[in-house]
Amino acid sequence: MSLFGFSLKPRRAKTAQTAKDRLQILLAHERGGGGSDKPDYLPQLQRDIIEVIKKYMKIENDDVDIRMERSDDVSSLEINIEVPDSKDTVVKSASKPKADAKPAAKKS
Amino acid sequence: MTKTQEKDAPKPPLGKVLVITSGKGGVGKTTSAAAISAGLAKLGHKTVVIDFDVGLRNLDMIMGCERRVVFDFINVIQGDAKLKQALIKDKRLENLSILPTSQTRDKDALTQEGVEKVLNELKEEFDYIVCDSPAGIERGAHLAMYFADEAVVVTNPEVSSVRDSDRVLGLLSSKTNRAEKGLESVKAQVLLTRHDQARIDRGEMMTVEDVLEILAVPLLGIIPESTAVLRASNVGTPVVLDEPSAAGTAYEDAVARLTGKEVEMRIGSDRRPGFFQRLFGRSA
Repeated sequence: MSLFGFSLKPRRAKTAQTAKDRLQILLAHERGGGGSDKPDYLPQLQRDIIEVIKKYMKIENDDVDIRMERSDDVSSLEINIEVPDSKDTVVKSASKPKADAKPAAKKS
Repeated sequence: MTKTQEKDAPKPPLGKVLVITSGKGGVGKTTSAAAISAGLAKLGHKTVVIDFDVGLRNLDMIMGCERRVVFDFINVIQGDAKLKQALIKDKRLENLSILPTSQTRDKDALTQEGVEKVLNELKEEFDYIVCDSPAGIERGAHLAMYFADEAVVVTNPEVSSVRDSDRVLGLLSSKTNRAEKGLESVKAQVLLTRHDQARIDRGEMMTVEDVLEILAVPLLGIIPESTAVLRASNVGTPVVLDEPSAAGTAYEDAVARLTGKEVEMRIGSDRRPGFFQRLFGRSA
């Protein structure tokens, strides 16, 4: 509500700058990647990784999670594999049996 | 059809094909196509405006000729009607014609060869051929831009519109006849519509500079958010032919720039100054 030019509520943050920043980051990636939203090789990569892991341990297809994160100048490919513990049940919490590979790939 | 040998006079230059496109829907392509074609005709250029949105015909309503449609673009492409039969002459401007599209067919009825043939025929007679693209980047939008010499990319200062415009600019520079044949690239310009200075001042809307910095193409014009646009569409009149309005003036400026004139970029508004603004005078 505005009364005599004074706002009674605290001023909201300026969102136009947020819009511009988000677009600049997004479009820098889209232009590089031939316009596609995300690399099309991710599903194939996921299948290949599952095949390799399956050679050594017993995992389900759902146990592998691949995602790509983008920020201004760095993209990271995150691969999460939930490895079942051979003795106990599947361990989800903190300590060891969770393989977490996070190679950060520099983007041009 | 091939022309018979020209009799005496040197052949006039062929017309320019201009596509009005955007990627995103609802940003004002048809409004802009109607206003720009009427504006060109008003300046004395022989102009035809073609609706490429097969199955969702709307240009005829915006132009106010919906009750005069007999044959359409698709009929001509498929050889069921002659181009002359399908062209509707505007009742207000003798230089202006409209080529409506089909309301019952789908976009597969458009063929590249068919579109090329119709455009070549129109180029002989008209100075400007304005192609009103459908939203999206599918067949209709692709063919609307394919043979273009120039493009007007209609953009709202809003994230999804800017993103789609960027995508369309990429297609204009790679998936058009000019790009594929290695000719001079399609001259693309941004037309910023629904511009609202008050919201920009409050930091709620990206500025013209923001959008241009992101898209990195020249600016054709700034069309202010205006109640005149809806009013003009209600009565089937292109906004430049309706009562004077900020949007109409902005379109006229844009049209003048299209024809090569230098017109200073100005930001109009129909908004009446508020009480305090009137009291203290308007800043900027």
